[in-house]
Amino acid sequence: MAGYLALGAGFGIVLQSKGYGVLYALAMSLFIYAGSMQFVAVNLITGGASLITAALTTLMVNARHLLYGISMANRYSETGKVKPYLIFALTDETYSIVVSDEKMERKDFLTVSLLDHLYWVAGSVIGSLIGGLIPWDFKGVDFALTALFLTVFTEQVLNTKDYLPAVIGVAASVISLLIFGADDFLIPAMILISLSLMVLNLLRRRARHG
Amino acid sequence: MDKHAILIIAVAALVTIAIRFIPFLFLGKGKKTPAFLTELSALLPPAVMGMLVIYCLKGTSFNAPANWVPVLVSAAVTVGLHLWRRKTLLSILGGTIVYMLLVNLIFV
Repeated sequence: MAGYLALGAGFGIVLQSKGYGVLYALAMSLFIYAGSMQFVAVNLITGGASLITAALTTLMVNARHLLYGISMANRYSETGKVKPYLIFALTDETYSIVVSDEKMERKDFLTVSLLDHLYWVAGSVIGSLIGGLIPWDFKGVDFALTALFLTVFTEQVLNTKDYLPAVIGVAASVISLLIFGADDFLIPAMILISLSLMVLNLLRRRARHG
Repeated sequence: MDKHAILIIAVAALVTIAIRFIPFLFLGKGKKTPAFLTELSALLPPAVMGMLVIYCLKGTSFNAPANWVPVLVSAAVTVGLHLWRRKTLLSILGGTIVYMLLVNLIFV
């Protein structure tokens, strides 16, 4: 969760370095609340992208959140009044925490979601202020996102004995990347991953039921 | 007030919200979740995270050292730190600092 503080600060700094200050950092981190997409959005804003481009890019970059929702649909279903907020706040980091702990209940979901959101917003604001005070472009600070995903991935692999999904995820993505190129590989990768995992699951079911 | 910026932010926010809420319109207790979907979503997390790692590394090319050395070295540092200490913040900070040192001081 504290990773969001560092990453949020990185985002605030990057945003500030392009000329957009605290209010923009606050708005983006409160309402979009999606780390990687916010970094991409900085490029969309500075590049003068069209709204259609912005919508499609958001769809591609954040499509994985569909999978988070599918994953958590049952466990979030009886959370009552806070359910809309829990759904809104289902980000990579929050998802990776709630999905791995089967014992979590509504108050835990809410605590994690709120804290992650708070850390993210606070980090963004702090980063924005720091960026405004220090006359340096902080080149390379966006590596924090890569570092975050690498860390979560490593943690997942360390906590499981089933390595196939991780291998499939990486392999399918590299294959899609090589075929479709950096700009267009995400959706093919997600399709390939989903199909591969479905086949894997089917084969395992057959093996289980004899 | 940058109107374009605000519109982009609004679009990104609305699309993201739509994506997050759609599964909950069709799934959950009281609605029949197909078993295969439950089983699939148990397999998804590491696969999706692997995909995201590749997504972050997608700009890497091997035509010049500056395009791959900082990234791969810093990625190795991140993973190495995490295997050593299992502390998320340390791993993220360490890897990011190494990367920033490399791209600001060495591979300028």
